Amino acid sequence: MTVNGVKKEAAGGVSLAELLKQEGFEAGRVAVELNGEIVPKALYGETFLSETDKLEVVSFVGGG
Amino acid sequence: MGEEKAKDENQKKDVWTLGGREFHSRFILGSGKYNVELVKAAVEQAGAEIITLAVRRANSSGEGNILDFIPEGVTLLPNTSGARNAEEAVRIAGLSRELGCGDFVKVEIMRDSKYLLPDNQETVRATEILVKEGFFVLPYMYPDLNTARDLAGAGASAVMPLAAPIGSNKGLATKEFIQILIDEIDLPIIVDAGIGRPSQACEVMEMGAAAVMANTAIATAGDIPQMASAFKKAIEAGREAYLSGLGRVRERGGEASSPMTGFLRD
Repeated sequence: MTVNGVKKEAAGGVSLAELLKQEGFEAGRVAVELNGEIVPKALYGETFLSETDKLEVVSFVGGG
Repeated sequence: MGEEKAKDENQKKDVWTLGGREFHSRFILGSGKYNVELVKAAVEQAGAEIITLAVRRANSSGEGNILDFIPEGVTLLPNTSGARNAEEAVRIAGLSRELGCGDFVKVEIMRDSKYLLPDNQETVRATEILVKEGFFVLPYMYPDLNTARDLAGAGASAVMPLAAPIGSNKGLATKEFIQILIDEIDLPIIVDAGIGRPSQACEVMEMGAAAVMANTAIATAGDIPQMASAFKKAIEAGREAYLSGLGRVRERGGEASSPMTGFLRD
């Protein structure tokens, strides 16, 4: 799968919550788009990923 | 009691409203281009109640998250910077709302990377969509009366005209057109982008702007918290001058401030 534009060798079937943890993201501080659709935080544990998925993981940064 | 207290009461009442929320501070602080460690001091010295943020790909390096440096009670105003059209702005706004920090969004759409001027048409389109989705929308725009009317019609919570190209610190290049918006648009006019010095912030407040947003002027200053403090004072002074009603300008000639008679010439 692809996480923020980078190919990852994560096993299919992993939950989004697990993947975020594996990749070192703090779930409480990020928002996630899975194949272009926002995943509500409440569904991270029950959203299972496949090898072809594309994820965007974003957070707040300084900006004007 | 007396005069002093009555004056205090009056100043306390000088609130303005955005998205149903009342604000006393008229200084919206940006958080870009400086160390997150300085954000807290800058917010405090600015007396800011609203701070802007951007949404970007998260890094997993465990670096401090900017939210950890923003004092409690400060309203977050995420921007849609990076968006080149309405759809991208809507996408970023959705993600910022999912980050769980409220329904405010500053719509910022630029197609041009040299001058970074906002695309007014796409901004109107994004505002229409986002208002329908329940956002309180603050569109950053090129100061054009027709666009401002369209934004008001679309349900924007405020209008944010630029003073000069973003990040330029060039000051009030669009002064006459901002004045038209202040006079004609029945929404808070928040002057954003290009304000480089406290005196310029003071001037737009004297003109009747509801608030000033600044980032680069602070971020590129020698002492960031101190400049935030200087802006705070300038904005307050300008606001107070506006509320007082500025003295008139005489087109020609002078007018003595001291009595012309009473001694020597009777």
